[in-house]
Amino acid sequence: MPENKSNGGLKIGVYVCDCGINIASKVNVAEVVEFAKNLPDVTVAKEYKFMCSDPGQDLIKQDIKDGKINRVVVASCSPLMHENTFRRATSEGGLNQYYFQMANIREHVSWVTADKAAATEKAKALVAAAVRRVAIHQPLERTRVPVNSTVLVVGGGIAGIHAALTLADAGKKVYLVEREPTIGGHMAQFDKTFPTLDCAACILTPKMSAVRSHPNITLWTYSEIAEVSGFVGNFKVKVKRKPRYVIEELCVGCNLCVEACVFKKPAFPNAFDEGLGKRKPIYMPFPQATPSVVLIDPNTCSELKTGKCKKLCASVCERNAIDFTQKEEFKEIDVGAIILATGYKAFDGKRIPRYGYGKYPNVYSSLEVERLVNASGPTGGELVLKNGQKPKSVGIVHCVGSRDENTNKYCSRVCCMYSLKLAHLIKERTGAEVYNFYIDIRTPGKGYEEFYDKLLHEGVHFIRGRVAEINDWAMTPDEQGKLIIRAEDTLVGMVRRIPVDMVVLANGLEPQEDAEEVRRKFNISCSSEGWFLERHPKLAPVSTFTDGIFLAGACQGPKDIPDTVAQAGAASAEAMALIDKGYVELEPNTAYIRDELCSGCHTCIPLCPYNAISFNHEKKIAVLNGALCKGCGTCVAACPSGALQQNLFTDEQIFQEIKGVMSYV
Amino acid sequence: MSYTYFPGCSLKGLGKAYEESLLSVFDKLGIEMTEIEDWNCCGATSYNSMDEMKAFGLSARNLALAEKYLQGAESVDIIAPCAACYLVLNKTSRYLKEYPEIGKQVHDALSEAGLSYAGLTNVRHPLDILQNDFGLDKIKAHVKQPLKGLKVACYYGCQIVRPYSTFDNQANPMVMDNLMKALGAEVIDWPLKTRCCGGSLTGTVQEVGVRLSYIIVKEAQKRGADVVATACPLCQFNLECYQDKMSGWYKDNLKFPVAYFTQLMGMAFGIDHKKLGMHRLFVPPKAATPEGRI
Repeated sequence: MPENKSNGGLKIGVYVCDCGINIASKVNVAEVVEFAKNLPDVTVAKEYKFMCSDPGQDLIKQDIKDGKINRVVVASCSPLMHENTFRRATSEGGLNQYYFQMANIREHVSWVTADKAAATEKAKALVAAAVRRVAIHQPLERTRVPVNSTVLVVGGGIAGIHAALTLADAGKKVYLVEREPTIGGHMAQFDKTFPTLDCAACILTPKMSAVRSHPNITLWTYSEIAEVSGFVGNFKVKVKRKPRYVIEELCVGCNLCVEACVFKKPAFPNAFDEGLGKRKPIYMPFPQATPSVVLIDPNTCSELKTGKCKKLCASVCERNAIDFTQKEEFKEIDVGAIILATGYKAFDGKRIPRYGYGKYPNVYSSLEVERLVNASGPTGGELVLKNGQKPKSVGIVHCVGSRDENTNKYCSRVCCMYSLKLAHLIKERTGAEVYNFYIDIRTPGKGYEEFYDKLLHEGVHFIRGRVAEINDWAMTPDEQGKLIIRAEDTLVGMVRRIPVDMVVLANGLEPQEDAEEVRRKFNISCSSEGWFLERHPKLAPVSTFTDGIFLAGACQGPKDIPDTVAQAGAASAEAMALIDKGYVELEPNTAYIRDELCSGCHTCIPLCPYNAISFNHEKKIAVLNGALCKGCGTCVAACPSGALQQNLFTDEQIFQEIKGVMSYV
Repeated sequence: MSYTYFPGCSLKGLGKAYEESLLSVFDKLGIEMTEIEDWNCCGATSYNSMDEMKAFGLSARNLALAEKYLQGAESVDIIAPCAACYLVLNKTSRYLKEYPEIGKQVHDALSEAGLSYAGLTNVRHPLDILQNDFGLDKIKAHVKQPLKGLKVACYYGCQIVRPYSTFDNQANPMVMDNLMKALGAEVIDWPLKTRCCGGSLTGTVQEVGVRLSYIIVKEAQKRGADVVATACPLCQFNLECYQDKMSGWYKDNLKFPVAYFTQLMGMAFGIDHKKLGMHRLFVPPKAATPEGRI
């Protein structure tokens, strides 16, 4: 451990950064340096253009080596950006790295203060605070904790599937947890994929069965995450397994039970077909469902509702797989890293009543049309209207719930391309005239613009203008019985009325309904729209602010299949980098209890979000487990006797900081 | 609960039937209104497009007068039955708060007239009062002659839902539909509830204005309605009074009743037709149903 030089008298070095012109254009840096020179115990004060550069860091190292300083203050950007850089420089110079304090004069001063003189004064106040604080810093050490090499992947869409397979192929044990009865996610519902038009099932189902048979993957479908505790490398996760009323290990997916069910005809809307197809109370979600295991819906099954059913399903099952007594089960697992791949939900067209979704039967959502054109869909791939006839004209409305101040301001990124794909498929299957109503066509992807060009040559119509309304109000005999789409054609400069047989709403993507709940469980952040927030939009796109938790796919923001798969690969690589290192270093900013001051009042125990505090009944005082503490400070603030303190944030350190600011003011 | 009442010019003139029926119905329901003393033009009409500041000034004077009825309460509700009054009074009270420059000019003008306005008014439409303050259940209890079998096309016009939709859905308002159902009537579902009636174009660019009115009357008729219910004097006027012209231009034979929603309420409550201003309607409502009930 580096020597604690404080006994020989404090020698504080203050380094004020120009950050090019980021700071220097608003703060008079030379004046701040002069001010710092006169603060107590400051022996060195310097200005430098870029403190984070190598020569900047060398200034600190050299001054330490020359014995000029034994404490370091850098006044520059946010600690989020460079605290680690300067701690490392402090340590490489030969001091304990926690003999360092940062004053944020960029994000907190130069970027947010209009007046130069005011900015300079504020910078001085923050420097004074940091100087007073660093004077009483204590040397601290990071602890190393081993990393569990198992990974939990949450969500079994294409993102989760790809991440799980990548990790499993690399020899890692993976738990893949999916809340629906089958993996596959939205991609399994799609017919073709853009721009290559290869069938979604043909490229997805081999990966689904690879998941099922992979020796390194434990697949839990129809399951949800109930609780998450622990920390990077050592998470404890409680998984709720919902009852299928079918023993998964025994069922072989022969479907005899489904045929035998007392409901002779499927009568209940099948979620996989967006409610357009029907299923029985006992059902296989779709032919390639993985695992290939049926399940019983307790809300529609006669036996589970009334207890009075002939139970024909059970009597035909030779393997006795049906078990009406199944209850929900909880499993506890230990994992080192977590990848969240919980996907998105499609925008509900009903939220824009003027488009008539839910009112006019021939206004469809895009996912419904995916099912209608799919060979395994409710109509066997026939694109027909509710009356069984093929549409002669179809309107596709872009940006429904996207780029709209009243719903979502963002672009959902995939709708233009899937609308083009659907336009192509509709024209191919029915020969109908297809009208796309768009604001801008956005096709920035490999082969995407070429696909758009191909459609223009296929004779699909494109009308540039947001649709105002869709109704059944016929003005002329030709419009009788049609849906009328009204939109301003901004290229021609007139209002158009296009009568069509069918309308497809290109619904945008939204965060899952329970994204907020999931966010809380995993202790990560969300953007203002509700998408899970990455650590850095450019440089850490799959990490979160919680170490050991990574993001893949549309839960982080709208993206198409290629981007989703790329991100899933990146998230698995990041998880492996963590696991293969074998250990994590924990910040020492944990809380500790001064036993002699603890009165045993129990205030802190229920407050701790990480269950790090327990009660010692013999000594009648609280006991804190440093390995579980994440340094949130809640207990420290709550302790009525001041027994709880936090490393790097002791009461005295904070008081000194405040005094620094106040003494200046 | 008591309210102040801003009738505006229409309800004292062209739309007298609206005022007569409104007052009779509110009297029946026991909803008290005090007419604001010395009120003036709401500021709608041409002021709005020629010199907005004058419109704000006129409008604000009415708001200031209404505040005299505060009597210690935190705010005072102004009932403005005419859709144009409702909109311009609403717009003015919002603009005075949102745009300090407009606020200052208007406040200066008010103080020269010895008035002041503290922003403590709520401009409300009778439909809002009936549904949200009074309640449809209590209205049901007053129904003596349910409008059974009568098919009503509820027509809201543009101004009570746009641009401010304070009490109903902007694209598909339902408050009048719910009210008519409470009276025992059937409502027709149609997509033209808030489409333009022609506004003042019936007087200026008639070929456009009358065409817009015709679209609405014709569609209500096509969808099997017996009567169009309106909540705006100008809508009522456009849809009803130009039917001869519509019939001539479009080779039709229209005699389609267009009544204020308050008149239909009064009928259901069994109020004397004279007190509802029924005699003022051009198209005799009797033509609507074979039974001749209205």
